[in-house]
Amino acid sequence: MQVVGGINTGLRKVPAWLVYLAGLGWAAYLFWLGLSNQLGPEPINTLERLYGDVAIKLLILGLAVTPLRKWPGLNLMKFRRAIGLTAFGFVLAHFLVFAILDVQTLERVWTEIVKRPYVTIGMAGFLLLIPLAVTSNNLSVRKLGGAGWRKLHKLTYAAALLGAVHYLWLVKGFQIEPVVYTALIVGLLLTRIKWSRARAVFA
Amino acid sequence: MAYRWKNDLTQADVTPKSMFLNRRQLMGGAAGLGLAAAAGGARAQGALEPNTLEEIRTYNNFYEFGTGKEDPARNAGGMVIDPWSITVDGLVDNPGEYSLASLLDGLTEEERIYRFRCVEAWSMVVPWNGFELADILAKVGVKPEAKYVAFETTVQPDVMIGVQRRVIPFPYVEGLRLDEAMHPLTMLATGIYGEPMAKQNGAPIRLVVPWKYGFKSIKSIVRISLMEEEPPASWNIINPREYGFYSNVNPTVDHPRWSQASERKIGGGLFATRQDTLMFNGYEAEVASLYEGMDLNEFY
Repeated sequence: MQVVGGINTGLRKVPAWLVYLAGLGWAAYLFWLGLSNQLGPEPINTLERLYGDVAIKLLILGLAVTPLRKWPGLNLMKFRRAIGLTAFGFVLAHFLVFAILDVQTLERVWTEIVKRPYVTIGMAGFLLLIPLAVTSNNLSVRKLGGAGWRKLHKLTYAAALLGAVHYLWLVKGFQIEPVVYTALIVGLLLTRIKWSRARAVFA
Repeated sequence: MAYRWKNDLTQADVTPKSMFLNRRQLMGGAAGLGLAAAAGGARAQGALEPNTLEEIRTYNNFYEFGTGKEDPARNAGGMVIDPWSITVDGLVDNPGEYSLASLLDGLTEEERIYRFRCVEAWSMVVPWNGFELADILAKVGVKPEAKYVAFETTVQPDVMIGVQRRVIPFPYVEGLRLDEAMHPLTMLATGIYGEPMAKQNGAPIRLVVPWKYGFKSIKSIVRISLMEEEPPASWNIINPREYGFYSNVNPTVDHPRWSQASERKIGGGLFATRQDTLMFNGYEAEVASLYEGMDLNEFY
């Protein structure tokens, strides 16, 4: 626990805006790699996947903040908003690469969303994240009230699950990454279940 | 029997070696000057310009070596390709285990510049070196009852990370109807750009069927079987709703995962535009007659 305490003390000195800066910097760096032909022969698809991959990792990290504080006692609470908003930024970047660079026309974007279940699901997850991104500020917390705000932000659970299904569905054959991400997300959601209450209901 | 099909492209259209080795550098330089969009556009318009050897060797699907496009180039090095023998069995006059050299002995090697269209909606143009499959089949003697040809890829678990991980069932198998196999466009390729086939491209010998999605063009072949019944095909077994036995390139029959109406040619950079996918991948004049009277929506 001493180690955790030490980390918590150290983290207190780290400003939350560094998360935004790092996210922005990383997104820009990946784009530059694509621009300068360093993402292989098919940079569009690679960039699309890279942005999506960072997005789901950050969503997982965001979901881990509460359990991490509960059990090892690691306090990342002050970074949670920044982690969530940066995750949204990467989902947005992932969508923009898909729409503008990959599929290229509005008509085709619409067709993809309607016809391909894994795109439909990814899109649903993206749409769920929009109200959360919009209300990720102090003013909204005040306006919605703590309880209302927390209720709304439970949508992240659904969004993360949709992201996992989106990934599972789009790969061909058996691939390990989407399975690991899905397991992590499901595991982190299970920590939210209040077992005492669940037992009372099912007993 | 060789030379039954002639390229509408000639040797002069193949990028000189110094150029195809350098183009990435040139593109890189252009991107640095902010000209990537212009360069990408110009390249996309020259639709039948062969891809560079580097592109052809670094963007591959070969699930035996992993599912990432760059995995085969990274992981295929350990595959043993010499000595190589191919078992020819089933409805043939001369069955047996042929060494690669004995199977190809006396046949005429050709260069064929073909479009290559992946079911994932990307494409390349590849200058293959190889032999008409019909010549090889003539050599082993096809019995009159044979209606299909089945192919099988080598399985070398020790050096195939995808096999260890059971990404899909192995060995990878594919098949063609006999008339498809005998078609002048169908070839077994042993090289690209005059260089020996790289392992990640399916060394030492692979099928090339340019009017079908790329997964039909099975790599690193160790068995060719002539049969009366339709043989199994790997992706068709894994997901029959998505992958049919025929898998002809067809912009009007959509795949559940990828629209087949358009494609993106590899090598156009970050701003490459999509191009329309052609019926039978541009070989309609040559192969449409094979499917006369067939409902291509049913036999996809």
